[in-house]
Amino acid sequence: MVSFTVNAQAVQVDAEPDTPLLWVLRDYLNLTGTKFGCGVAACGACTVHLDGQPSRSCVVPVSACEGKEVTTIEGLAHDGGLHPVQQAWIDHQVPQCGYCQSGMIMAVVALLAAKANPSEDDVAAAITNVCRCGTYPRVKRAIRALASTTA
Amino acid sequence: MPSALPTPAKPRSKWRRRFLITAGVIGGAMAVGLWRLYRERDRLTPPAPLRARESEAILTAWIKIATDGRVVVQVPRQEMGQGVMTALPMLVAEELDADFAQVHFEQALVDPVYANATLLGDGVPFRPDDESWLGAIARVSQFKVGEVLGVMATGGSTSVRDAWEPMRRAGATARAMLLQAAANKLGVAITECTVSKGIVEHARSGRRAGFGELALEAARLPIPSDVAPKDPARFTLLGQSPQRLDIPVKVDGTAQFGMDVRLPNMVYAAIAQCPVFGGSLKSFNGDKARARPGVKGVLALPATSTSAAAVVAIAQHYWQARSALAEIEISWDEGPNAAHNTAQQRSRYESLLASDEVRIYDEAGSIDTAFASPPRLLEADYFVPYLAHATMEPINCTAVVRDGSCEVWVGNQSPTLVQWYAAKAAGIDSANVTVHTPFLGGGFGRRAEMDVVMQTVMLAAKLPDTPVQLIWSREEDIQHDVYRPMAMAKFRAALDSAGNVTAWYNRIVGQSCTGGLTARLLPAAASDAMKDKTNVDGAFDLPYALPNRKVEHVLTHEPVPVGFWRSVGHSYNAFFTECFLDECADAAGQDPYEFRRALLKERPRHWTVLETAARKAGWDNSLPPGVGRGIALAESFHTIVAQVAEVEVRDNAPVVRRIVCAVDCGFAMHPDIVVAQMESGILFGLTAALFGEITLEQGRVQQSNFPSYEMVRLAQTPEIEVHIVNSGVEHLGGIGEPGTPPVAPAVCNALFAVTGKRIRELPIRL
Repeated sequence: MVSFTVNAQAVQVDAEPDTPLLWVLRDYLNLTGTKFGCGVAACGACTVHLDGQPSRSCVVPVSACEGKEVTTIEGLAHDGGLHPVQQAWIDHQVPQCGYCQSGMIMAVVALLAAKANPSEDDVAAAITNVCRCGTYPRVKRAIRALASTTA
Repeated sequence: MPSALPTPAKPRSKWRRRFLITAGVIGGAMAVGLWRLYRERDRLTPPAPLRARESEAILTAWIKIATDGRVVVQVPRQEMGQGVMTALPMLVAEELDADFAQVHFEQALVDPVYANATLLGDGVPFRPDDESWLGAIARVSQFKVGEVLGVMATGGSTSVRDAWEPMRRAGATARAMLLQAAANKLGVAITECTVSKGIVEHARSGRRAGFGELALEAARLPIPSDVAPKDPARFTLLGQSPQRLDIPVKVDGTAQFGMDVRLPNMVYAAIAQCPVFGGSLKSFNGDKARARPGVKGVLALPATSTSAAAVVAIAQHYWQARSALAEIEISWDEGPNAAHNTAQQRSRYESLLASDEVRIYDEAGSIDTAFASPPRLLEADYFVPYLAHATMEPINCTAVVRDGSCEVWVGNQSPTLVQWYAAKAAGIDSANVTVHTPFLGGGFGRRAEMDVVMQTVMLAAKLPDTPVQLIWSREEDIQHDVYRPMAMAKFRAALDSAGNVTAWYNRIVGQSCTGGLTARLLPAAASDAMKDKTNVDGAFDLPYALPNRKVEHVLTHEPVPVGFWRSVGHSYNAFFTECFLDECADAAGQDPYEFRRALLKERPRHWTVLETAARKAGWDNSLPPGVGRGIALAESFHTIVAQVAEVEVRDNAPVVRRIVCAVDCGFAMHPDIVVAQMESGILFGLTAALFGEITLEQGRVQQSNFPSYEMVRLAQTPEIEVHIVNSGVEHLGGIGEPGTPPVAPAVCNALFAVTGKRIRELPIRL
């Protein structure tokens, strides 16, 4: 039994200790917003925050989550309002198929929390998520707009 | 010295082709005669299974209106990112004069009324500019055959083109019914009423009624069959870019993809398929796997025409199934293809560049005369590898079989095919199959395949009353795809002393995508007698003034399955032809843009698109040292796209800095989606140009996941500018695919400008 917090709620999960956090979220906790893309931390579709840090949950065993705080895409909105990054994704019409966007948004939220006004190189280095639809131009535009509102 | 021209096949092929096409035309014409009157009305009448809530009225097959004024449009195509859940409702909303804020989408159920007729009409092997009676009749009759077959499918960039008539007509018809209901309710003449933003108004009395108040009454009226849609000059919504209706659920994690389906008592399955195409299962030992926690079973699945032989572990949770799968000892019979490898296949293709077994797809003038003693002769061979789709959402399907019926949840590009193949796998009638189509986490042609549906329903049939969700790993996805064909091309061109191309010869070698799909779906119908124009799309239909030309194809059969991959034949033929055309420009000592422009004098739409891209890119402006520009033009799916790439070389690798794109799809009904699809198509094509390569050794695909099958990421994304040219609704073209073909040649032509070296093979290696 592993105990941790997901989106500010305490959870206890009875899964084999090597089960990746991704599958615990999706299959045990029914939080299907976090996506499976590659299983080897290469695409970022499964990105969540683990104690505030962006983590690729497909390679994080649930046993490593004991006592930690996990935030998923479902936990991003607060008080009925979208997170500014989610709102920017609507304003700039970013998603296409949408499958990678939970992970993309979680990665961008973490980047902007660490660095409110990142340079283009910072963005390129931090946002390595794969989007097969090629929404990157709009991801860049949305980040630029978010950075200029906070700067 | 260039080698001698390969000997062409005997002209019998021409007559044979005529015969086959004529037979098809007669069949099509009969279908037209039998069905025409019935079909005209049938596209409005709601299908019997279409249900509405008590508070909703059904107004034609395409529209429900609720008493609160919500307009719910039945969308017959699948959303894979291309924006169809917004674009198609707009067609209805425009004609209804609805308030778009009140418009919602619903996935249409599976019924022939929602068939995609355009997909087949586009498939006939005639150039799009072939205005002969034979070409026209073949196109129309194929379209009618498409309607009669009743297959719902999303592909070929056809969604808006196919929906343009029936969905606008449905909107106009429902509007007429609402108007009539308003006139009855208000006791006024219908001619004195107007409609705007979902409200009918009688101006003289100032009385108004909303769609919600009128819907139930309107639904009791007969459906008129003679309401014409608007004159495009009166469009108020089409041509605007309202926010996409599918985006809000895609930013908060609530969008439902196939893998997100959750059902009571559902079990999960993980799969290992025979690593060699065409192999079978010899034996397996699942004892260790069965002893693992949560495991419900270990099963073998036989190979079918659509799916590979496989072993499956089933468990309460996916990770348990996946972990158990690794514990199964499997012994495969690798079959006859165990030695297949890419290098041998390639050398065979090289020899086929001189084969006698060719089919001619386009021939004009006489190339022999021009090739006899040209002042200048050019020759070059080109090559592209197999490519995987790698949709972001790995392949998956969920199904339950109970009491002689089957329910399937799967991201798919043809719910009709899903219905047929689920029925086949479960051994039941397709009328007893219910198909649910959630959002697709990418499609690109991959989700037209029925492999995972066959596998999942075969499993579900073995576990009655238990919903099963089968999830392929990314490795299975990359290694068991239907691939974009590997292809080779040979070119020869004769130039006169003024630099005019006096002869153009192009031969392409490769497998047939349509043949591959037919062999998988309808093995009995598979035949080489049918020509497949997707082999030569983008090569046999060039817009350039090349009076003496011949384009032919050598069909190969390989153990590697091929399928439709975003832009299909255009994906390689645009690379081949636009790069070789650049070689011609260089040999003629001319600027590549001016050279193309001169060849497009008779093609004003192409000329304008090319000119727009060049002007917006600043073609004549100087560039920093080490940076080069390249241009390419391609018409595909009735849309014309030109792109100018700016490229430099850093650390011996190409860096694409900027791409300027001009696009004419006739009428950009939602300009922002057009821009998004150009960005998307460009980056899809750029991934193929820079990284894409599937190779085989010992019958096995060597790539397995994103580290070995790499993708363009944000860091490699160039600045992309898109400029829309609207030439008119009569030229309506598709938008999902046409952004892809020009990018590889534009980038390679730019690299030539920097390095002086021709790139004749993808992915680019400097």
